[in-house]
Amino acid sequence: MLNKLRRVGPPLLMLAPSLILLGVFVYGLIAANFTTSLTDNHTAAQATGQKPAVLVWFTNYIDLLASEDFQHSLMNLVLYTVVFLVGTMIMGFLWAWMLEKPVKGEGLFRSVYLFPMAVSFVASGVVWRWLLNSNQDEQASGLNRLFQIVGLDALQNNWWNNVTFGIIAIAIPAIWQLSGYVMALFLAGFRGIPEELREAARMDGASEWKLYRHVLFPQLSPVALSALIIIGHMSLKAFDLIMSISKPANYQTKVPAVDMFVFKSSFDYANAAAVGSILLIIVAIVIVPYLIRTNREEKR
Amino acid sequence: MRVNQRMTATVATAAVLGLTLAACGGSGDGGDGGSASGSADQVEVFTWWAAGSEKAGLDALVGVFNEQHPDIEFVNGAVAGGAGSAAKDLLQTRLQAQDPPDTFQAHAGAELQDYIDAAQIEDVSDLYDEFGLTDVFPADLVDRLSTEDGAIYSIPSNIHRANVVWANPTVLEDNGVDPEATYDDLDAWMADLDKLDKAGVTALSVGTTWTQVNLLETVLLADLGPEAYSGLWDGSTDWEGPEVKAALEDFETLMSYTNDDRDGLDWPEATQMVIDGSAAFNVMGDWAVAAFEEQDKVLGTDFTAAPVPGTDGVFDFLADSFTLPVGAPHPDGAKAWLETVGSLDGQVAFNKAKGSIPARTDADPADFSEYQQTAIDSFANDTIVSSLAHGAAAPVATLNAISDATSKFTTGASDLAGYQSELAAATQS
Repeated sequence: MLNKLRRVGPPLLMLAPSLILLGVFVYGLIAANFTTSLTDNHTAAQATGQKPAVLVWFTNYIDLLASEDFQHSLMNLVLYTVVFLVGTMIMGFLWAWMLEKPVKGEGLFRSVYLFPMAVSFVASGVVWRWLLNSNQDEQASGLNRLFQIVGLDALQNNWWNNVTFGIIAIAIPAIWQLSGYVMALFLAGFRGIPEELREAARMDGASEWKLYRHVLFPQLSPVALSALIIIGHMSLKAFDLIMSISKPANYQTKVPAVDMFVFKSSFDYANAAAVGSILLIIVAIVIVPYLIRTNREEKR
Repeated sequence: MRVNQRMTATVATAAVLGLTLAACGGSGDGGDGGSASGSADQVEVFTWWAAGSEKAGLDALVGVFNEQHPDIEFVNGAVAGGAGSAAKDLLQTRLQAQDPPDTFQAHAGAELQDYIDAAQIEDVSDLYDEFGLTDVFPADLVDRLSTEDGAIYSIPSNIHRANVVWANPTVLEDNGVDPEATYDDLDAWMADLDKLDKAGVTALSVGTTWTQVNLLETVLLADLGPEAYSGLWDGSTDWEGPEVKAALEDFETLMSYTNDDRDGLDWPEATQMVIDGSAAFNVMGDWAVAAFEEQDKVLGTDFTAAPVPGTDGVFDFLADSFTLPVGAPHPDGAKAWLETVGSLDGQVAFNKAKGSIPARTDADPADFSEYQQTAIDSFANDTIVSSLAHGAAAPVATLNAISDATSKFTTGASDLAGYQSELAAATQS
């Protein structure tokens, strides 16, 4: 008994602080958030207990999901995520593929591509707000101006001010910032494939395409999945970049995280909490299967 | 091996202890203010006046405060960022945690409603009597500040006017519009805007959503008149009615004369377009005068200022004000601060530096700049109504809902009928 305590005690004691902190500040607060979202706590008076807040179960969720404005936010989130994911995966893979062959100055290129990630979303957002200025023709500036200079006037558009697809314009800086990170992941994946495998494939007479299709891609798929999950959950939480390019009240660039912010500033804690829970569930749908899978693989 | 294990245990214990101590230390901080309860040796003043003319105004006000109350220490609780949104965020948290500052800045009027409902601020109407403010503030203003049961929850430090149109006379002249022209109503104005628009200049510059709401409220005011406009906020004017519909149609027309990149601009950039001559008109509150003056522009020659057409004789007011939070650690300090805020010396010093005008009517206009003198004159004589975009007319939740609906409309996601019913729904809740 004493022996067992000696064996388990110290590690448990070591872990206790982080377990307690996680328990209170992550899981405890998730529970508190969820409870708030089930009440009709829509005003400051209810939040401070001056007026009663009663349990309304899932009414807030039903109202939110039924409202046209929130559907627009969700649609924006889907558009943003798809474009962001596809963009970073393609760019990241291309760069990794080019750098994978021994090139002169590989280290330099690697840093150049990875560097945007070091810039905060807020800082790059300020610059991109100017680049993505929606003025056209005579008043144009930023990218629209650039299009004029190189004679591609037809490409001018109003960027993030388009009601339906405006959010995609905000995915451009996000892709610019995180493609380098995906590249680094893929590069590590490429480096992890032993040279012997390629040699063996070539000995067997595989063409270059077949080599990629049947040897390299299968080896890279775990890396691709990790990249998808990491970029995917970042995209779902998108807030800072949108806030620094656009403004919270701008309808064209609303996403659930922005809605949550606006609800909270209106003292509407119940709806803010409900949006938070919906976001958590969406992220969990992406992450939990991945965690289960990696867990299983590690056990194997 | 055993030594190793013991060491692990020791380190773990130390870590736990360290964390516990850190936690205790953290809570000790908060209790600090409470221990000196009731005393008047200091006052923490929470504002978002951290830069520019606002900070200059606060510094001037503190100067007067130190003269009037030399024994009370002023503690600056200014929070910078986001035109006050960072400060409001932090304030919300502090009030919720029952750790209020001694006094905080807030827009006077309906924006205080949430704090009142949450029982977070005190009725200060007895301080109005004590400091003799009821007679020196315009009666219209006191009416606007009082709740239905006659209570007043803050003391205004300064007044701004939201229904001002700024123009660049050079641009007007170059495009065949008489810069001296005065407009009786929006229709006359829109005829000239149309002319400018056809000439290829931005006729009217506007910025992001809140500046569009600012424009909307002046249009409502122009078309409905002051009485019906005020009725929008107490329910006596019908949002679904044909008068509002006509006003919204005018708003739609006005928005069609504006710049495309509006949603990415805040007011300084929109006003800058008039200063630079890339736009002819801009509707903005009278804090914009600071932007012109900073760049050495002269009122009358380089720029003109007038009430928005159709709102002549109406003063669309907003005010910063100071409150007395429930459970403030130093209520006596806070009362001393409020006394300075309401005093003639305090108001003159503050407003000269900030560029706004005193809420008191007994200040000497000669102390102020040319534009301020005209504003002081209007404030004393005009009908006073409450601004929507700046929290005087409606609570935060209503304003946010109206802003959302306006953004949806101006980006083209809803039509006029949808917009009108969303506005009606926003004001009903």
